[in-house]
Amino acid sequence: MARTLFDKIWDAHTVNTVDGGPTQLYIDRHYCHEVTSPQAFDGLRRRGLKVYRPERTICSPDHNIPTLHQDKPINDPVSRKQVETLYCNADEFGLTLFGLGHPKNGIIHVIGPETGLTLPGYTIVCGDSHTSTHGAFGAVAFGIGTSEVEMVLATQCILQPKPKTMRINIEGRLGKDVTAKDVALYIIARMSTSGATGYFVEYAGEVIRNMSMEERLTVCNLSIEMGARGGMIAPDDTTFAYVKGREYAPKGEAWDNAVKYWKSLATDDDAVFDKEVTFNADDIEPRITYGTNPGMGIGISEAIPQYGGDDEVGRASYEKSLEYMGFKAGQHLEGTPVDYVFLGSCTNGRIEDFRAFADFVKGRKKAPSVTAWLVPGSRAVFEQIKSEGIGRVLANAGFELREPGCSACLAMNDDKVPSGALCISTSNRNFEGRQGPGARTILAGPLVAAAAAVTGVITDPRKI
Amino acid sequence: MDNRITVITSSAIPLPMENIDTDQIIPARFLKATSREGFGDNLFRDWRYNADGTLNPDFALNDPRYKGCILVAGKNFGSGSSREHAAWAIHDYGFKVVVSSFFADIHKNNELNNFVLPVVVSEAFLAEIFDSIEHNPATQLKVDLPAQTITNLATGHSESFEINAYKKHCLINGLDDIEYLLSRKDDIESWENMNKFY
Repeated sequence: MARTLFDKIWDAHTVNTVDGGPTQLYIDRHYCHEVTSPQAFDGLRRRGLKVYRPERTICSPDHNIPTLHQDKPINDPVSRKQVETLYCNADEFGLTLFGLGHPKNGIIHVIGPETGLTLPGYTIVCGDSHTSTHGAFGAVAFGIGTSEVEMVLATQCILQPKPKTMRINIEGRLGKDVTAKDVALYIIARMSTSGATGYFVEYAGEVIRNMSMEERLTVCNLSIEMGARGGMIAPDDTTFAYVKGREYAPKGEAWDNAVKYWKSLATDDDAVFDKEVTFNADDIEPRITYGTNPGMGIGISEAIPQYGGDDEVGRASYEKSLEYMGFKAGQHLEGTPVDYVFLGSCTNGRIEDFRAFADFVKGRKKAPSVTAWLVPGSRAVFEQIKSEGIGRVLANAGFELREPGCSACLAMNDDKVPSGALCISTSNRNFEGRQGPGARTILAGPLVAAAAAVTGVITDPRKI
Repeated sequence: MDNRITVITSSAIPLPMENIDTDQIIPARFLKATSREGFGDNLFRDWRYNADGTLNPDFALNDPRYKGCILVAGKNFGSGSSREHAAWAIHDYGFKVVVSSFFADIHKNNELNNFVLPVVVSEAFLAEIFDSIEHNPATQLKVDLPAQTITNLATGHSESFEINAYKKHCLINGLDDIEYLLSRKDDIESWENMNKFY
């Protein structure tokens, strides 16, 4: 029977199916950070269990860590305790740890790909919804809760209902200054914030095939923002070229065998998805959000739409959202003053994002009214920014480079946007209070962020 | 602690709002704890409290007319972050059932793994519950897990809801997935021996 990329990997990892219930799925790679793991390790201790396959779990603190002075102890005692708890748990249970300051430390969804720990054909989980990022390699990767983290630690398996499958095709060619982030924000706005709930999505089409690995990572990262269980892209020569030679990637004969296997994973021509949608690249321009979920987005030249539905709860929710943002239906946002710009996160914290931002601001100056936080996704990206000379370009334009971490994406560290301030953020969520209590977030790609950073207002990068 | 769920009859607390994400259920700054306890205090923190720390009297959890162990929310409840802390906060506050017309996947799993029953109802049935509670805040809902039905006792209308047979068995008997998986350790090992990837 013809099968999809998703089906092939899922079936290959099915240990068994529980009567009238979920699949018992074997997990190849488990990533672990400090926020969603301590209670799972406690559970192991309470039950007197060891980690079943310690070599399959990799730990890196990322959510809580400061982005300045990482060589000094963490100021916030509660954050410090959580990070130290991860160190103790990794030590006690014999797990690989990339601690603060380690050359491989960084946001777990950035370091997995860049070290070769993330591979095509894998099943990958982490107590973090943006685990969908790793699907860019043609892996079944998805976020889990802490109880499930404990299951993986204890048995290398979890119980999961099998999701339905959806294919999203993006055909055509992207216009000038339209980034992978804009493509993802467009898809989410068209699908809505819950439009892919219950589905595992495969992205396909000319636009996806032409994307670099880093662009694909951005697209898959945002799958959860339309509710999808995960997103993935068939591995191809772009994937293999990226993976080859990375530290944890297979070598020699094992590499040749792996590539042969990976090539067999692509969706069969006659496979049928539970749902299939196609979008056209011509319809996508640089994008911004205007509300308090990632589905509330528009092209930068468009006006905020009127509420389109007819039910009271939906209308009240829409109005509450606009009220929080201080915007009105019908309003155009170009020219709106911006207080903060955040470049970083597992969505846009990779080297290509920093190159794009730096190219744009080169020879220009940061607007004095804007506070800009430029936070690389990993220590490796931080070092590469410096070695490529991007750091100098940014410094000349008045930007300071910070140290790696999740930072202002969810403001668990000190990088909090003040109440009422407006932030153009390359991260993934514009929920109420996400970047700090009362903070107002507009999601955008690195070029819209760069344009706002140098002009001080929401600006279409194509007009500069 | 007895976590078993069978038949629950209770009044409910209404949150007629769509897309309630897990950042609203429990904001990120409260995720720094290393234990599972006490999250109920910060459930819906930024809606429950004003910026100055005083209670927001307009929020349903602070309204003395609304009581009970059933939370009723608009569609797409629990979207966003995978944080299980959201399910811990709901459970710790005292809710046993959450009713909505649509749940986000990860959060739904997290509720089930913490002995909170997510009940998916139709849009029309949900609207009727909100209506009934608006007219009479003491409106009782009856959730019967063995029969897989929910009844709005104000109108007498019932709907059946879906839950897989395995999870239903777990909730009725207070069992968790880890015990199940540990009992299958031999299967896992033999599967590993047959499937040596890479």
